[in-house]
Amino acid sequence: MIFRRDVVLTAAAAIAAALATPVFADEAANKVADFTLSNGLELIVIPDHRAPVITHMIWYKVGAADETPGKSGLAHFLEHLMFKGTAEHPAGQFSQVVARIGGQENAFTSSDYTAFFQRVPSEQLKTVMEFEADRMTGLQLTDDVVLPERDVILEEQNQRVRNNPPARLGEQIDAALFLNSPYGKPVIGWRHEMEGLTRDDAIGFYRRFYGPNNAAVVIAGDVDPQAALKLAEDTYGKVERRNAIMPRHRPQEPPPVAVRSLTLADPRVEEPSLQRDYLVPSFKTAAKGESEALEVLAHILGSGSNSRLYISLVVDQKLAVSAGSWYDSTAVDLSKFDVFGAPRPGVALPQLEAAIDAVIAQVADKGVTPEELTRSKTKLIADAVYAHDSQASMARWYGAAIATGATVGDVEHWPDRIRAVTAEQVQQAARQWLDKRRSVTGYLIKDTSPQVEKRS
Amino acid sequence: MTRFAASIAFALLTLCAGASAASAMTIEQIVSPSGIHAWLVREHAVPLVSLNYAFHGGSTQDDALKAGTAHFTADMLDEGAGDLDSKAYHSRLEQHAIEIGFQVGRDYFRGSLRTLNEHRDEAFDLLRIALTSPHFDADALERVRGQELAELRRETTNPNELASRSWWSTAFPGHPYGRESSGTLETMPRITADDLRDYVHRVFARKELTVSIVGDIDAETAGKLIDRAFAGLPANNNLKPVPTATPSNLGRRIVIDVNVPQAVVNFGGQGIARHDPDFMTAYIVNHILGGGSFSSRLYREVREKRGLAYGVSDQLVWFRRAAVVIGGTATRGDRTADALKVIESEIKRMAESGPTPAELDEAKAFIKGSYALSLDTSSKIAAQLTQIQIDDLGADYIQRRNSLIDAVTIEDAKRVAKRLYGGGLLVTVAGRPKGLTSGTE
Repeated sequence: MIFRRDVVLTAAAAIAAALATPVFADEAANKVADFTLSNGLELIVIPDHRAPVITHMIWYKVGAADETPGKSGLAHFLEHLMFKGTAEHPAGQFSQVVARIGGQENAFTSSDYTAFFQRVPSEQLKTVMEFEADRMTGLQLTDDVVLPERDVILEEQNQRVRNNPPARLGEQIDAALFLNSPYGKPVIGWRHEMEGLTRDDAIGFYRRFYGPNNAAVVIAGDVDPQAALKLAEDTYGKVERRNAIMPRHRPQEPPPVAVRSLTLADPRVEEPSLQRDYLVPSFKTAAKGESEALEVLAHILGSGSNSRLYISLVVDQKLAVSAGSWYDSTAVDLSKFDVFGAPRPGVALPQLEAAIDAVIAQVADKGVTPEELTRSKTKLIADAVYAHDSQASMARWYGAAIATGATVGDVEHWPDRIRAVTAEQVQQAARQWLDKRRSVTGYLIKDTSPQVEKRS
Repeated sequence: MTRFAASIAFALLTLCAGASAASAMTIEQIVSPSGIHAWLVREHAVPLVSLNYAFHGGSTQDDALKAGTAHFTADMLDEGAGDLDSKAYHSRLEQHAIEIGFQVGRDYFRGSLRTLNEHRDEAFDLLRIALTSPHFDADALERVRGQELAELRRETTNPNELASRSWWSTAFPGHPYGRESSGTLETMPRITADDLRDYVHRVFARKELTVSIVGDIDAETAGKLIDRAFAGLPANNNLKPVPTATPSNLGRRIVIDVNVPQAVVNFGGQGIARHDPDFMTAYIVNHILGGGSFSSRLYREVREKRGLAYGVSDQLVWFRRAAVVIGGTATRGDRTADALKVIESEIKRMAESGPTPAELDEAKAFIKGSYALSLDTSSKIAAQLTQIQIDDLGADYIQRRNSLIDAVTIEDAKRVAKRLYGGGLLVTVAGRPKGLTSGTE
């Protein structure tokens, strides 16, 4: 499985609220615990005793942005190969054990992290921790399994990108937006580089980045934090730290200076659309309050049927069939603020773009209303309460935050920070960050040129 | 290896723990003051209420020339109702963080609602007006129609949609099950506000209404809330009967030409009805062949060994008047024929020899143990309660489920494998698959 940063991110913001919202019974018993083992592994325990099941996740602080140039797709390829067995447990054994206990498992990769998880009865926590600790250093790979799996990721790229024109546009926008940051590369990889990835590439990357001091384990569910700590010490605690793992200092973006635009024509496009991404701070890189203001701004501007973009473009002016925006606060380096729209038949993309510009300019010039501010904050914070209903969501949100440099405290205090956002901060965020010189606008249109048939 | 064996033993011992998570859940069968029956599960840990409900009569109720009517109705219910226009309605939902959703399947119209406890009266009021006095204003109608037409136009070049639509329309020609609930570019423009009103009047009724509610709430309060939303509905529905159907054109292959690098394949045949005594056996056998885990035969043969696809699976799908088994994969055009050959030969092997005793044991263990994980949020529990009621399995189904699974023998599995997979397949392929053409075996 693979997630683009943007998909995971929005949720990560919502995460935090749940625990800090003082409406839950037995709050003290459900307090999130945070430990660090002597080998550097971080352990986060989110107690939830409603049912005797647990979600166990390990988050490696390495993703596509940490790949060597020329090896795009390697972090995600390794994620797939992590299921191919160790010296101790041949291929398929871990999955077989998880299946036998009725568990679920999977894994996913972003630009910043690679995560693996199992959801099992709580009695099985130690079993999955043993297996996961074993494959932290014990992975064994041969070409017999590596080569078919490379075909699998190429099919995954076909499915996610080549068969999907909007995804192709997204790749082009990222590549144009990030001038220097490795975030410009697709997580799945560029196909010509994926085709050349080898067993040695994967093992080299694994030895370089997988180790207890580059990982966080998140356990949500029916477990006592001290008991979880003991299990972690008995399993992960036995794995030696890898000394060579360096902090993530990736190439940084220069100040953006040019308004950029691009057009992707594809014969399969029946409905044109536009997408614009602005380069903006993530929670990690932002000044105090800035990231939260961007979250509220994204909500007011473009989340759902009450948003400025939807009301103005879809309902009132009738220029678009859809329009909206989102912001991704979870990234180690700079992040993205995304605005999108699809025109009604007969409306040209430049006309729609001008109308979007006008909506944004109005927020920047006139600000937002107290009613919009209150409603958006209520909704953002309530989403976090809803999130509390799902232990898997809780584990994922904490994990994504920790893996991109936030702390448990940052997550817990998120609702307070959202509550503190003022109308002035939202307006200021629009003025400062939604500057077209910080953006790339992409048009997706139908390619009407005659298609050359390839005959073989 | 020793360690592995130990893990397995441990796992088996504790399976009952996983199952007990689900069976520990107490279902209360309640009746509202106005006489509406519902299932309630109390869950005090999170201060919210999740409602899930269903009306009998989904897209099967559409006129063939106006396919998409039920779906269009579902998309219009929150676009103005009672004394609120579309903007005011959406604004009220967001102010109180109330989530209301409507969804149309072939047999049922389903709805869900999620609210914080403090706003539950408001939430159920908003639901009531959507169900009983939707506006269907011309302005909103054209806006939503425009959105649906845009989506339908997008789908005309989407290989997943093309393969799927072709499979269903070929398997059930002329039958409501052969139509997608979202309608077509031809039918959507014909639908009027009166058609939506007609659907609402015929389908939204207390008769054949199924209600499930989960949350931090007692039976009395739950009954009052249910009445708040549903008591004002007419007593009786007025549905068009749906004829019983079996999938046709088994043995046929249809290739739909679309210029994409990866071809999408759908395959399937006659399934097994939910009330059939062989259903649970079929469910287990299908899990072994192509269920969603990393250990199915199709996953192993198509993905793990040969790298032919990122995903491959199949599943049982059941309606009130038909049942199918249907699966899919997606693979590059020059290897589509190889992938299809592997799938067909695995299906044939399963039909002829059935699963092995070891596979059967593993599948039973998974299907029993994983049930608790599928009931881990209030919304999922509420949806599952509705499904159990619709399928008429009884309030003790969750308790009985393990014994139903345990009762399946290897002989049953072999017999049902032949019944399920021995009847031929209808295959649809959207893309440019090398060496594959439309035809009949």
